[in-house]
Amino acid sequence: MPVVAKFEITYTQFLDEHGKAQQELPEFAADADEMARMYRFMHLTRVFDQRCINLQRTGQVNTIASSHGHEAAQIGLASAMRPEDVLAPSYREHGAVLWRGVRMSQLLAVWGGDERGHDWDGARHDFPYCVPIATQCLHAAGAALALKMRGQEACAVALCGDGATSEGAFYEALNAAGAMELPVVFWVTNNRYAISMNVQDQTGAETLAQKAIAVGIHGEQVDGNDLIAVRNAAEIALRRARSGGGASLVEALSYRLGDHTTADDATRYRPDEEVEQAARRAPLHRMKRFMQEHFGWTGEQEEALIAELEAEVEKEVEAYLAMPPPKIEDIFEHQFANMPAALEAQREIAHRYPVPD
Amino acid sequence: MANLTLVEAVNQALAWEMAHDDSVVVFGEDVGVNGGVFRATVGLQEKFGAERVFDTPLAEAMIAGLSVGLATQGFKPVPEIQFMGFIYPALDQIVSHASRMRNRTRGRLTCPMVLRAPFGTGIRAPEHHSESTEAMFAHMPGVRVVIPSSPVRAYGLLLSAIRDLDPVIFLEPKRIYRAFRQEVPDNGEGLPLDKAFVTRPGTDVTLISWGASALETWNAAGELADEGIDCEVVDLATVSPIDKDTILESVSRTGRAVIVHEAAVSGGLGGEVAAILASEGLYSLEAPVVRVGGFDAVPPLARMEYGYIPGVQRIKDAVHECMES
Ligand SMILES: Cc1ncc(C[n+]2csc(CCOP(=O)(O)OP(=O)(O)O)c2C)c(N)n1
Ligand SMILES: [Mg+2]
Repeated sequence: MPVVAKFEITYTQFLDEHGKAQQELPEFAADADEMARMYRFMHLTRVFDQRCINLQRTGQVNTIASSHGHEAAQIGLASAMRPEDVLAPSYREHGAVLWRGVRMSQLLAVWGGDERGHDWDGARHDFPYCVPIATQCLHAAGAALALKMRGQEACAVALCGDGATSEGAFYEALNAAGAMELPVVFWVTNNRYAISMNVQDQTGAETLAQKAIAVGIHGEQVDGNDLIAVRNAAEIALRRARSGGGASLVEALSYRLGDHTTADDATRYRPDEEVEQAARRAPLHRMKRFMQEHFGWTGEQEEALIAELEAEVEKEVEAYLAMPPPKIEDIFEHQFANMPAALEAQREIAHRYPVPD
Repeated sequence: MANLTLVEAVNQALAWEMAHDDSVVVFGEDVGVNGGVFRATVGLQEKFGAERVFDTPLAEAMIAGLSVGLATQGFKPVPEIQFMGFIYPALDQIVSHASRMRNRTRGRLTCPMVLRAPFGTGIRAPEHHSESTEAMFAHMPGVRVVIPSSPVRAYGLLLSAIRDLDPVIFLEPKRIYRAFRQEVPDNGEGLPLDKAFVTRPGTDVTLISWGASALETWNAAGELADEGIDCEVVDLATVSPIDKDTILESVSRTGRAVIVHEAAVSGGLGGEVAAILASEGLYSLEAPVVRVGGFDAVPPLARMEYGYIPGVQRIKDAVHECMES
């Protein structure tokens, strides 16, 4: 019988879990400033994330999703993007959106239950955080269509998780990208879990990357805990998109080191040993070794960096806590460009009732 | 007899029916080992095995579509949609198939399934976790929409919903999942669907509500009693089809009606209740019907959610308005 289709999925890793190079490194890895900048943002993501969880425990923000373990997958990708590219994030991408210029106080407002947070800084054309799983993949495809129609040399990027790859919206977005040759990158951070469901139960496929094959776009897997592999794969996929080479699906293999959110208790469904083992492969740990070996990064530098980042985060926490409280009138202001009379009347009613805490 | 919260009563009903009807299967996102994000299905997989209680891939259209497939072939699927805000991918399957299968095939194939979903505001959750769009489902012929507002009714109504021969959207008010406890005998006795419940008899005005708003409505009635206004409180429970008789009978005695729900007031089911009163109860009415609901805005994030839904004071003011006109 003739074989009518064949495919393979590659897996790329540059640094092993001890930060040792496994193959010749891409050029950017020798750029001390760029590497230091990325390393700094990985730490910032971590410090911010931990502070968010503390704020949740003390009731100063609500349920929050941790990005612990995703530091390389987020920073490696975001750092390969240009300001004119368009990002459509999920809800767990603190590092990526901070790199894009969003303020920490704005992210805290989002998780603190205040819509003003989403009127955020950075790339103003980026999408807000997206909670309905995988729906943002279609927005990225649509944004890519806009870029293509305008002939812009830019691309769109959708971020989603392993669970998201089961949704219809994910498949539809991928298929649109293939059918219309859209300048878009689908970035799947496979952290092994969708809340309690292990990725093995999510699909019968060996990899999530191979879902690209069915729609005729490029698909590959990278070690999502290896900053260099992530950045490298992101650069190539983004360049492919911007230069008319078509869409890509990159599956970044990682691990969700925290609970799904602060409302979750992961000990119900996964063994501690598994988490401990994954923690040994954590991205920051690996990058620290790399920085030591290649740029003579010292323990004092590390300490000074973390102290500096903690102070930076604290300032943003203060800015968040100092925000004047939202007003009930605000919920009416942005429903329409022109407020209907009926809504104005409701706003008057709402104004009469104090909002309990 | 067990002293249960509403969510525990849901669990008890599921367990009873699974033990007594082999065709009942429970599935959805995180309902197996994790027991559901609200613990509604906790322990069921241990008791009934992973063949009858299982986690599915993350896809709501799939969950609803599989249910249509299972139901037409003799199973009784009781899937969970994790939050009502994520039910929309499932709409196509519910509207285009579950609600119509009986009619399309002149009864050859049917869809006895219960799609459970927690709904409403009140738990300081992230975006899209606070929706109350029961009116969207109530607008569809061929499905029942049932909303319990107490542990006892959660148990009895869920049993009846599972035993019903047609699809039921069973919406659980998560704001009161753990608000109070009641003795809920595990006797397998269902409560009637298509029936409203008078939860407090009164003579001056009829307050009609459902879901979590039933709690504030009840509290408002208590405070109004101290002022000398004797409210009759009706929990609509099955919001589609509506039990007209109970509300018409109540209003025939009180002459006044205030409808309270947390969903956006415009296009909400309060309008349907008001229409029933206007068309079939007009001559009993001594005052215009008053509706109190969520504002016509996107359900706000946590900081403003209690300013969005009708609180006790807003309900009391509505009752005064109704009494004074
Ligand atoms: C459409 C939809 N269904 C269900 C949910 C509830 N939910 C929130 S996160 C999540 C799991 C997502 O897993 P994955 O895509 O792997 O992303 P991760 O959280 O691991 O980053 C689920 C089921 C949702 N937000 N949206
Ligand atoms: Mg995941």
